[in-house]
Amino acid sequence: MLLLQGIAWIFAPANWASVNSGLGIGGEILSHLFYTVLSVAIAAVVAVPIGLAIGHTGRGRGGAILIGNVVRAFPTLGLLAILLILLGFGLIPTLVVFVLLGIPPLLAGAYAGVESVDRQTVDAARAMGMTEWQILMKVELPLAAPLLLGGLRSSTLQIIATVALVSEFGSDSLGAFIISGAATQDYVEMIGGSILVTVLALLADALLAGAQRLTVPRGVPRGAGGRTTAGGRRILTAPSGAPISEGN
Amino acid sequence: MSIEFRHVSKTFPDGTTAVEDFSLTIPSRETTVLVGSSGCGKTTLLRMINRMVDPSSGSILIDGKDIAEIPPVGLRRSIGYVMQNSGLLPHRTVADNVATVPMLTGVPKRKAREDALALLDRVGLDRALAGRYPSQLSGGQQQRVGVARGLAVDPNILLMDEPFGAVDPIVRDELQQELLRLQGTLGKTVVFVTHDIDEAFLLGNQVVILQRGGRIAQVGTPKEILANPANEFVADFIGAKRGKRRLRIDETGRGEDVLLVDAAGYAAGVLSADDARLVLTGSGPKSRSVSNKTDQAGDA
Repeated sequence: MLLLQGIAWIFAPANWASVNSGLGIGGEILSHLFYTVLSVAIAAVVAVPIGLAIGHTGRGRGGAILIGNVVRAFPTLGLLAILLILLGFGLIPTLVVFVLLGIPPLLAGAYAGVESVDRQTVDAARAMGMTEWQILMKVELPLAAPLLLGGLRSSTLQIIATVALVSEFGSDSLGAFIISGAATQDYVEMIGGSILVTVLALLADALLAGAQRLTVPRGVPRGAGGRTTAGGRRILTAPSGAPISEGN
Repeated sequence: MSIEFRHVSKTFPDGTTAVEDFSLTIPSRETTVLVGSSGCGKTTLLRMINRMVDPSSGSILIDGKDIAEIPPVGLRRSIGYVMQNSGLLPHRTVADNVATVPMLTGVPKRKAREDALALLDRVGLDRALAGRYPSQLSGGQQQRVGVARGLAVDPNILLMDEPFGAVDPIVRDELQQELLRLQGTLGKTVVFVTHDIDEAFLLGNQVVILQRGGRIAQVGTPKEILANPANEFVADFIGAKRGKRRLRIDETGRGEDVLLVDAAGYAAGVLSADDARLVLTGSGPKSRSVSNKTDQAGDA
């Protein structure tokens, strides 16, 4: 029953204009998306080049994993509390938290994507006379794209979920309905808010999953994710009975 | 486009010495085959020619010019490279794979693709395959594309690293014949690496038999090596010791042509009637032995 009331609450036009004399549903969605998109964008600008560099050179992987684990271990709310005390309320502290949260999956997606590219393919590209930059842009990046998008996808979902959590601290989001609903025991508003957050997350995920499928390069078997050339090589070596020798 | 190795050594960072004090001149417009078992350093030697590996000491000269002074990227673009498992870019079509290097060097896209189609003809591939992706081709077709790509910038030097090592014997035969035919018309300086001595004798004008550490066991034409193995190692490696290449005329043979068997008594081939007459009249009945392979290799 509560669920239906929640859905009815969402479709009540008045709630789109304003709820509890604050932002309405439309406003909170926009704000939620604003924080999400901005944070993911900043995280991507920081993490993707570093991840690509790690994947390409094979150096710094241990460091990236370490940093990833440390950041993942941060208690989000605790970190936010400290930043709020140090920096005061406003855009910056919440943004810092979101960005930090969004970096590890993107970093991992980028370097895992590049690492998944068959070393023989990269070796051949180099032997043909591609510069390191050309190898990265024309070979590794296209083949790494599905895994990279996978990183973007989990990063986005993390941030969408967390933006809802911290909306008490100056960043408007759909979480506001859940929190104020809980505070005033208005469970209809609370359910409405949670449905909205869930739908938003699912839509974002579906959109990015679609994008991920589109980035699987043609010629690479679908569903292979980033383990691209494994398929090509299997086909190549399968009909042969001859041993594959050397390769040093 | 002769290639000269001068006292080249290579020790890898992990301490293994792949090549020690290697000197060799590879003549231009001929096929030189480096042959040896795993770990003899043959791939390392090959990869030094396009600076995929830099020597720890010594120098390599192409037409008298030390390649250490040539920037690697430019050097590699001027040398064709064909590897085992083709190394094709899986996300590019056959035509785009062949056109890759010309386009890197600034050839307009349209011309690069036209040239690529002509190259497919050249290596015996149907133009209809131009739009396919490597994963949609058979192993033999992929290797042909690899050869077409190696020839795309019309290089004077073509490096081939066990290019036919991972295809089945029948396809390998076809590819070897195709290479002989191509080399007959193109006359590139081909450096070919293999562990298969039969392939070496078939394709090589000059064959270099390598021992561990890139030590040269023997250099020569297939005929010279077969007729005069320099030492036990070579004799063993080319199979002379096991009697595989020492053939006898089989007395039970009937008909015009004469059956040849190896030392173990297995049928190895036939000697045509005219030649048999020569052999039989030219030597006593007890020393009627012939080496196979030599004529075949000599034509190569």
